[in-house]
Amino acid sequence: MIARISRYHTQKAAKTIIWLGAFSTLAVMVWILWQVLREGVPLLRLGFFLDSPHQMGRTGGIFPTIIGTAVLTAVAILIATPLGVGTAIYLREYTREGKISRMIRFGTDCLSGVPSIIFGLFGFVFFVIFLRMGWSILSGGLTLATMILPTIICTAEEAIKAIPNSFREVSYALGGTRWQTIVKVILPNALPGIFTGVLLGVGRSVGETAAIILTAGSSFLMPTSLFSPVRTMAIHFYILAREGISMEMAYATGAALILLILVINTIANWLLHRYVRKLEGKGHA
Amino acid sequence: MVKEKILEKGFLLIALSSISILALIAFFIFVEGVPLIWKIGAGTFLGGDRWFPSQGSFGIYPMIMGSFFVTLGALIVGVPLGVGCAIFLCELTPRGVAMAIRPMIQLLAAIPSVIFGFWGLMVLVPMIRSHLGGPGLSVLAGSLVLGLMILPTIISISEDSLRALPRTFKEGALSLGATHWQTIWRVLIPAARSGIVASVILGMGRAIGETMAMIMILGNAVQMPHSLLDSARTLTTNIGIEMGYATGDHRQALFATGVILFLIIMVLNSLAMVVSRKGKT
Repeated sequence: MIARISRYHTQKAAKTIIWLGAFSTLAVMVWILWQVLREGVPLLRLGFFLDSPHQMGRTGGIFPTIIGTAVLTAVAILIATPLGVGTAIYLREYTREGKISRMIRFGTDCLSGVPSIIFGLFGFVFFVIFLRMGWSILSGGLTLATMILPTIICTAEEAIKAIPNSFREVSYALGGTRWQTIVKVILPNALPGIFTGVLLGVGRSVGETAAIILTAGSSFLMPTSLFSPVRTMAIHFYILAREGISMEMAYATGAALILLILVINTIANWLLHRYVRKLEGKGHA
Repeated sequence: MVKEKILEKGFLLIALSSISILALIAFFIFVEGVPLIWKIGAGTFLGGDRWFPSQGSFGIYPMIMGSFFVTLGALIVGVPLGVGCAIFLCELTPRGVAMAIRPMIQLLAAIPSVIFGFWGLMVLVPMIRSHLGGPGLSVLAGSLVLGLMILPTIISISEDSLRALPRTFKEGALSLGATHWQTIWRVLIPAARSGIVASVILGMGRAIGETMAMIMILGNAVQMPHSLLDSARTLTTNIGIEMGYATGDHRQALFATGVILFLIIMVLNSLAMVVSRKGKT
């Protein structure tokens, strides 16, 4: 008789493989971050953050690219947040599930799957050329805004959905109009959730390259107006590494980029946790 | 009351922004790209293997195959790992540990693609060059990095669909005497199949759409990749590399490449939506 492998052995083997898989995934992630931080962090000096790049970035610092990142992200957030939150309010407070809301959801889902290089092509032909904004902060910021819109819609909708119905009922029972309910009850309660979505949008904007390189130009001069071209930290990092200008500077810029992303992500996570706990508390009361 | 009506229309207008943007994107990419496909013929454009923009020959067949192989490689790496991680988070680890690991998965999603590309360039490429030979900048390096990059998509959607299953499925299987693993393999995974398939399709979409990391590690030669160690060029990297200096027909050809990419992504997105909706009803 052929000896059969007991199902308990199969179980043991399968679980071991999954444990190994999960831990190697985490290990590789740590490896990626560690590789860049280990080489890059020792190179971070105050001067690196406050100086302009010299000799194409071979020496000097990254100050203009920090400004570029901040300004582009700010433009994107300022445009995408009202649109995203407005969409979420419409979906949750003004309409029931129907043809229109299905269409809006379809649009949002599709938009979130569109690759960033396509956003780049679109931003190039629409903002840069058709609307004659040129390679500029405005073109890049608007392109980024279209890209992060789905993220902001989704998180804002989740935040509004999580508000207990009793809140709305109280407001209406007191004679509040729909607008008053939205401004005084819905928005204040959804604010931490909305803010989490905005932070995720910031994270995406900071790390984005493909969409911006085609729309914001890549000049590392200090921008003087919304129509100046800019270079972000991520693009500076990409150019330094790809053109082999200076691997040292690339490591340093990459480390700064990772640290920034880590900070943004940690705040977003912390906010989300606090917010979920607060809402759960309210649900029980 | 009039004010309320106006407000409602205003919100509707805002809410239509995402679908309008999608329409604008489609319109402008198609207007720029389709005339060239028309001019040289869809067959020559899709099936031609000569890409010499300066001589006016635009065939993107090598890029289509490049995208195909790199994406296939990414799925071979990413799907088992991703679904495994989802099972790990749902079934094999206590809630507290899962709560600690989930932010790390989110962090994986937040790492910019240029960082992945850089890591591939500095770590994987030299490793492949010295151990396996070839230029190192290769389909293999691209597949490995892309496989990692699509993990967050696969993990989070698969995990959601596993968690959405009623407890009774698991309890029923266990009470019939099945081992925990038999329950996972024979009951939970088949029951969550539609969500897992949707996660794989969306991961595939992400893999096909990735640009910057691939420019850094694929080597970008316009050729049919014949082995894992060959250099390749994908649809996205074709656009990303040449868009900076292209003019005239060349630029239109890049937009035409964008048209093909856009169509592929729309088909995949719709497929994912259909699959996950089927699972819900």
